[in-house]
Amino acid sequence: MVISPSALGWTILLSPLAAACGIQLFGVHRRRLSATLAIGALLVSFASTLLWYTFSSIVTWAVPNPFQLPFEASLSWISLPGLTISFGVLIDQLSLLMALVVTGVGSAIFIYSTAYMADDDAYSRYFGVLSLFAFSMLTIVLATNWIQLFMGWELVGFSSYLLIGHWYAKPSAAEAGKKAFMVNRVADFGFMLGILALWAVLPVDRTFHFQTLEKQLPLLIQTGVVSVAVLPLIGLLLFCGPIGKSAQFPLHVWLPDAMEGPTPVSALIHAATMVAAGVYMLCRTFWLFEIVPSVLTTITWVGAATAFLAACLALVEFDLKRILAYSTLSQLGYMVMALGLGGAVAGMYHLTTHAFFKALLFLAAGSVIHGTHEQDIRKLGGLWHSMRWTSLAFLVGGLALCGFPGLSGFFSKDEILVLAYGHNAPAFWLALVTAGMTAFYTARAWFIAFTGKAHGHGHESPPAMLIPLGVLAFLSIIAGYIGIPHFLGQHGEHHAAWLVPGLSIAVVAVGLLLAWLIYSRGTVSAQQLVQALALPYSFLQRRYYIDEIYMWYVETVQQRWIAGACAWVERVIIIGFLVNGTARLTRRAGHILRLWQTGRVQTYVLGFLLGIVSLLTLALRR
Amino acid sequence: MSCLPLLILLAPALGAIAIAAVGSTRHALVRRISVLATGLSLIGALWAVATYDAPTGGYQHEVLVPWIRSLGIGFHLGVDGISVVLVLLHALCAFTGVLISYAIKDRVKEYYLFYLLLITGVFGVFLSLDLFFFYFFYEMAVIPMYPLIGIWGSDVKEHGVVRFSKEYATMKLTIYLTLGAAVALIGLLWLYVSSGAGTFDIPRLQQHFVTSPLGMPLQRAIFPLLFIGFGIIAPMWPLHSWSPIGHAAAPSAVSMLHAGVLMKLGSYAIIRIALSLLPEGAQMWLPWVAAICVMNIIYGGFVAMAQKDLKLTIGYSSSSHMGYVLLGIACLTPLALDGAVLLMFAHGLMTALAFALVGHVYDQTHTRYLPDLGGLAHQLPFIATCGVIAAMASSGLPGFANFVAELLVFLGGWDRYPAAIVCGVFGVVITAVYMLRLVRGTFFGPRKPVFTHVQDTRTLFARLPYVILVSALLFVGCWPQPLLRLIDASSRPLVERIRPSVALAKPTPERTLRRLPPPRPHPAPSGRQGHP
Repeated sequence: MVISPSALGWTILLSPLAAACGIQLFGVHRRRLSATLAIGALLVSFASTLLWYTFSSIVTWAVPNPFQLPFEASLSWISLPGLTISFGVLIDQLSLLMALVVTGVGSAIFIYSTAYMADDDAYSRYFGVLSLFAFSMLTIVLATNWIQLFMGWELVGFSSYLLIGHWYAKPSAAEAGKKAFMVNRVADFGFMLGILALWAVLPVDRTFHFQTLEKQLPLLIQTGVVSVAVLPLIGLLLFCGPIGKSAQFPLHVWLPDAMEGPTPVSALIHAATMVAAGVYMLCRTFWLFEIVPSVLTTITWVGAATAFLAACLALVEFDLKRILAYSTLSQLGYMVMALGLGGAVAGMYHLTTHAFFKALLFLAAGSVIHGTHEQDIRKLGGLWHSMRWTSLAFLVGGLALCGFPGLSGFFSKDEILVLAYGHNAPAFWLALVTAGMTAFYTARAWFIAFTGKAHGHGHESPPAMLIPLGVLAFLSIIAGYIGIPHFLGQHGEHHAAWLVPGLSIAVVAVGLLLAWLIYSRGTVSAQQLVQALALPYSFLQRRYYIDEIYMWYVETVQQRWIAGACAWVERVIIIGFLVNGTARLTRRAGHILRLWQTGRVQTYVLGFLLGIVSLLTLALRR
Repeated sequence: MSCLPLLILLAPALGAIAIAAVGSTRHALVRRISVLATGLSLIGALWAVATYDAPTGGYQHEVLVPWIRSLGIGFHLGVDGISVVLVLLHALCAFTGVLISYAIKDRVKEYYLFYLLLITGVFGVFLSLDLFFFYFFYEMAVIPMYPLIGIWGSDVKEHGVVRFSKEYATMKLTIYLTLGAAVALIGLLWLYVSSGAGTFDIPRLQQHFVTSPLGMPLQRAIFPLLFIGFGIIAPMWPLHSWSPIGHAAAPSAVSMLHAGVLMKLGSYAIIRIALSLLPEGAQMWLPWVAAICVMNIIYGGFVAMAQKDLKLTIGYSSSSHMGYVLLGIACLTPLALDGAVLLMFAHGLMTALAFALVGHVYDQTHTRYLPDLGGLAHQLPFIATCGVIAAMASSGLPGFANFVAELLVFLGGWDRYPAAIVCGVFGVVITAVYMLRLVRGTFFGPRKPVFTHVQDTRTLFARLPYVILVSALLFVGCWPQPLLRLIDASSRPLVERIRPSVALAKPTPERTLRRLPPPRPHPAPSGRQGHP
């Protein structure tokens, strides 16, 4: 049988959708069937991606390889004169890598979920939405044009909304889902405008198609058909999308709250894949951003600020999942910064390794929660003794996150630091400090929760949870050695300078050492530290008051003042005064005019008499 | 001569006559007749959509019976690509509305009689190609609303205190719509008299105006009459206040038709009559219309945000979303007009779904007051699922028809009124705020003990209307091309006739992409090159 490249490409995209539909139609009350469908479909997707990768790397002679990258297959979705929108699969190195991450890490997390969610009533719904998510995410990854990307973009937001609010009976979960959707909507307002503006900037043959735009935009700018002046604005508007989806400052507020969802969801959507979609989008459309340096500078600083500010928040957090959430924010900041510095490859590299080790950390945290029903690290402790495998997994993930030499995180973070060192010194130092803080807060969580005295008992999780942990731990270790940058097209260029790796190892060592001194040895008391730094500590504890400001805006300004004022105008002016006023006026007029037709002869005679008298007086006067 | 429009129009009319002849206690029979009548119309509408020949365009499936020759009045039915889509919308809403009306237990015979009359009237408006009958059916659609809301409606309460009584609502609605109709009638008669063609026939008037167009001052004077007259039912700000209250007081199946279809009569009439017969007048007034649309979208959205009654919220959201329809019309580009018509279709289905759902919730819990509700997803999983779907469709989630329609309006309008389009895109954010709040407040949260008796729809039959509406929204959302082809076949010629300049779709600059001149010596953009 001959496998056609487009059929294989469509299989990657559509099999999770088929699973989602199948579960919705037949699986609502059949738990096993739902899980089987979801996992099976994602594995099919994963296998197809792997096949695509394998075939594309085969060197053929004589006949051209049909699996030549880049490859595109598409169907026309809307075709009207002056507007063509297609829906398709675009397969190149970038999308293959991302699809491998999504389907591969996704499969591990799906399998993990069967055990983690085993006691859940809405098991089928969970897997249905998870499949929908996989489809939506792959829609983004394989998108051939802006509109398709935007559609996937919105759909991942929707599935994220459903999954965060999976336990909708809990008010906090329901609110968190709503918040995530709303914050993303606000960001997508800018994103949509950017897409519209980019479309409209072309004078003729307007298109959303990535490859066409990539080829034509430089030509159009060169010939002066498209003015360079509008591009920074468009770039900034488009960057609003990643600010929301990848939770950059100041729209990061939804991600910590999103931890209300089941932990595998946090691992898949809010760590490994969906939140990285913003970074992926920037890589996908890097040809646009690289012609507007001013936007790149903005991107750099937004990323650097996010990396630093989120790491600060992680220092004072006690909820295990929220620590990881802040660390995700911080790492996303690194990736965005890399993009801003012009390093699409470095950004994608870190995205990939981060997907492995952060999913690993979340799944390990999930295993802890599963085993102890507790996620406050102050109430945990000594897990190393009761949950050896989970602890080991967390350790590997944590070290990779810190950038411990030899693990994947070290290599990818190093790429970004080198890049910053060469291009933007202040950003480099900020990123370096952040790396030290990363080591500190990770070690803090480790020393408090996993070593030390045990509180209560934990029991080790079932194999269905441990095996995915093992796979991800393996990937977190080796991902630095399998030549990901090379696959993405970065050749040679080995930085001879060992200054940057040396510095980064030094700050990581300092961070780890400090955490060990404070939280393990107790040389410095954490209590006293907090008391000494009371003001910054409370400022961080309240998360820079950003949530309060947004809350005040949403509840008071928007709901009470703006909406209230509009409702008042509606009730009092439009309905009360204009409409009912007109009705009252009509009624009054009726009451007055009624007197002309009372039906009483006496009144008529009186009027008659008065008329004659007045006429007579007029006549006599003359 | 085709019998298809006759089938669509006469099935509910004959159904109404048959119901009148049936004994008033035979509820089951009355319901079956209604299902049969609207079902036949639905089949007819589907058939009309399937057989409309888009490449040919124009009016098809025409029926013409001359009636008063001296005045030029004839019974002329037919569809073009725009009206055929709206006929389908109405057929879907009518059929599902009849199914939802099974919840009505009081004076069933009279209810269905009026309901079928209403349905007939609306079909008549969409099918008529004669101004006289257009107006006749328009009134026929308005009048049954009065008893339907007045008898079977419900008061709008807050904390158990009546805020608007159903009598107030129905009175206001009827007076408002009749007033609008009267204003429009003045415009229509003025148009008829000043045209000099001596005919009420729309296609013939169109042809007549091509050769001898109406004078500019006349067009400018008549257009606002028609626009305001029909705009009231659209509903256009600030003449919209009858509509949310009317929705809220009406029984759910009537709200479905009212918000789903009746409001579209206004925008349809504007396209069919005001735009196509008064092109120059339209060009002059439409920039002002665009400004009003922004008020509709933003103001309506914020008022919806402040509401606590489920139906009032959806009612104001309808008035907000009809702003997009009017905006699409005001932009006068083929894409935006396509979007406007598709949005009428999408919004009609979405809002019908939303009112059907609220109807079920109200039947079960006897309240629509948001603070009293909560946690209903525990008892009503099916209804809650549909509720989330309706909220998402309303806030323009891709996959639903609303997204495609709004996108087309934005794309088509961007070159004309960018500021209004920016406000429109912002309106999508506002929609998400109140829709999510609605879903959160009604369905999510802990299980409330008061609602233990609440029942979900259990049988497949009871779920049928919801399933039909959701599938139609999804089908068109995922594959909009078939409907867009039909709409575009009629909207493009219309726009081209009004603004011949856009016939070429775009101003053609000297340089096109295919014929690029040799690049001028131009400093390369001083962009930072990508990192290797």
